[in-house]
Amino acid sequence: MEMTVDEPQRTQPEPQPEPQKERQVVLSVRDLTVGFGNNLVLDKLNLDIYRGEILGFVGASGTGKSVLMRTVLRLLPQKSGTIEILGVDYQKADDDQRVALDTRLGVLFQHGALFSALTVKENIQLPMREYLDLPQSLMDELAYLKLDMVGLPPDAADKYPSELSGGMIKRAALARALALDPDLVFLDEPTSGLDPIGAADFDALIARLRDTLGLTVYMVTHDLDSLFSVCDRIAVLGQKRVLVEGTLQDMFAFDDPWVQAYFRGKRARAVVTDEHPDQQVEK
Amino acid sequence: MATKSAEIKAEDAPDGGERYVLTGEWRNHSISGTLKEFERLEKAGGQGRVELDLAGVEGIDTAGAWLVRRMMTAKEHQGRETILSGVEGPIRELISILPETAPAPPDDGADKRPLFEKAFTPLGRAVVDLGGDFYAAMHILGSAVRGAQLKFGRGSGVSPASVVTHIDRMGVRAVPIIVLMSFLIGAIIAQQGAFQLRNFGAEIFVVDLVGILQLREIGVLLTAIMIAGRTGSAITAEIGSMKMREEIDALTVIGLNPIGVLIFPRLVALTVALPLLTIIANFSALFGAAVVALTYSGITFETYLARLHEAVDHTSIAAGMIKAPFMALVIGIVAAVEGMKVGGSAESLGTHVTASVVKAIFAVIALDAFFAVFYSAIDF
Repeated sequence: MEMTVDEPQRTQPEPQPEPQKERQVVLSVRDLTVGFGNNLVLDKLNLDIYRGEILGFVGASGTGKSVLMRTVLRLLPQKSGTIEILGVDYQKADDDQRVALDTRLGVLFQHGALFSALTVKENIQLPMREYLDLPQSLMDELAYLKLDMVGLPPDAADKYPSELSGGMIKRAALARALALDPDLVFLDEPTSGLDPIGAADFDALIARLRDTLGLTVYMVTHDLDSLFSVCDRIAVLGQKRVLVEGTLQDMFAFDDPWVQAYFRGKRARAVVTDEHPDQQVEK
Repeated sequence: MATKSAEIKAEDAPDGGERYVLTGEWRNHSISGTLKEFERLEKAGGQGRVELDLAGVEGIDTAGAWLVRRMMTAKEHQGRETILSGVEGPIRELISILPETAPAPPDDGADKRPLFEKAFTPLGRAVVDLGGDFYAAMHILGSAVRGAQLKFGRGSGVSPASVVTHIDRMGVRAVPIIVLMSFLIGAIIAQQGAFQLRNFGAEIFVVDLVGILQLREIGVLLTAIMIAGRTGSAITAEIGSMKMREEIDALTVIGLNPIGVLIFPRLVALTVALPLLTIIANFSALFGAAVVALTYSGITFETYLARLHEAVDHTSIAAGMIKAPFMALVIGIVAAVEGMKVGGSAESLGTHVTASVVKAIFAVIALDAFFAVFYSAIDF
């Protein structure tokens, strides 16, 4: 199964025919306020992610992209507001609901965050061991299957993270994020530090997984190629809230100096004119 | 989460083949109950084609899809045709993209070495590692003797600020714990000594006992052990984590000698700090002994000091103090060698910090024993 070299099936976000309110909301953030001391990082932020979409998240450095992701994952405390994941508010959930929720989320941290004392296979099997009641032989098969899905050779399974290259660490970490077949996957800069071909493969892989497994993907990225090729919708964080969310066309139409500079800058122009000659870019 | 667990049932199909009806949720958390039945059917023989009816499946993920795929592969190996029915779209696609057999790593082949070789390999490794450690230690010692020079031998003095900082961290901040420990040790030796000597009416000799024991052996030995635990572990952890984050490589590339920049100041600081701490430890222990002598045996401070003056001469003090810089060097070098051996994982950092402390304490005690033999041979 050569998943990684395949082109993504949808190289361009197509306009969604059905109205968005009919689609299932996977992650819903309402009036979220997060801050440290007197300094508010996010102020009354609202965000929705729908089932089966890939949401690209951008924003200037220091605007709180990581803070938002860490708050949604409950690694940081919130001052006020509600976060509902798959219809469950974690703060009001009981222990069973929390465990059930944990098994339905997968996270790919920016630097992989593989456990350095475990091999790649053990890393993938750790959540399986913790939550599932499966025989070892089946877990082994599933671990090799996940490795295959993310495009790693089977002999990488018995290596330790310190023996892997940067791209392989990202792939192995994605395999671990997918270990329990989550509904919602958080990717923190998945293509940073990869070469352009590796990054394109990774984008294709994410699109392919979305199509086959029905994943919903929350992707923090600065990679313009990823934003243009695989993201269905893009959200821009700025001024302590989501400035604008929508398709690429919405980004081009949005009147904000940073957004304009980002999506119409020199680097974006190169990507856009290569892939979407029809789109107008300021000369 | 209320989920219907997965179930599989075998039926006879009208065309003479078999029909396996799958129902419920075929997800990773709900398939464990049906695995036995599934594997029985997987191995069971039969005739005709096999139809897998997935119409009743309410949900499926990679684990469930993999089982379906495995069943199809198993039946095809029996020479039977398999078809999927009651399933469309993404699920069919998910099943179809899975490989027919689970990828597996290439077999390394059985270990063909003879038993003799297998049995002695670990011993041989240990000896070679020991040799490597010794070589690395000598390398560090040699580089340190050359001083904190640049990589290509361009001389540059050691940075005094760095050495002073390390003396502060290794020495000054260790004073409270060293004082407390030594005070208690002095008091304990005095109490035990007085208790035993009382039987002979020779309680005053407790001063000789504490004075000679503390100044020649205990003072420097316990201080060195405390420093091996306190500072040796810190040096290993610092250098090890710098190694993990490629900071050592960065120093080398910039043209600095990592041993000169990182290890030399620590060795100098340790060699200065340990003798000074030993002096403090000796004073503290003698004071602890004096307090016990006064309260437990009624020996006044004047008597104590007069007796101490007679019992202890400068050779006793020198015999202890000479050992201190050597012990400091041993602790520093062992810590540095272990730090440089740290690999990529957090576990290896822990292993080497532990090894650093254990080896340093062992080396300090072995060195003390060596000095004892040496002193007795030269009648010191």
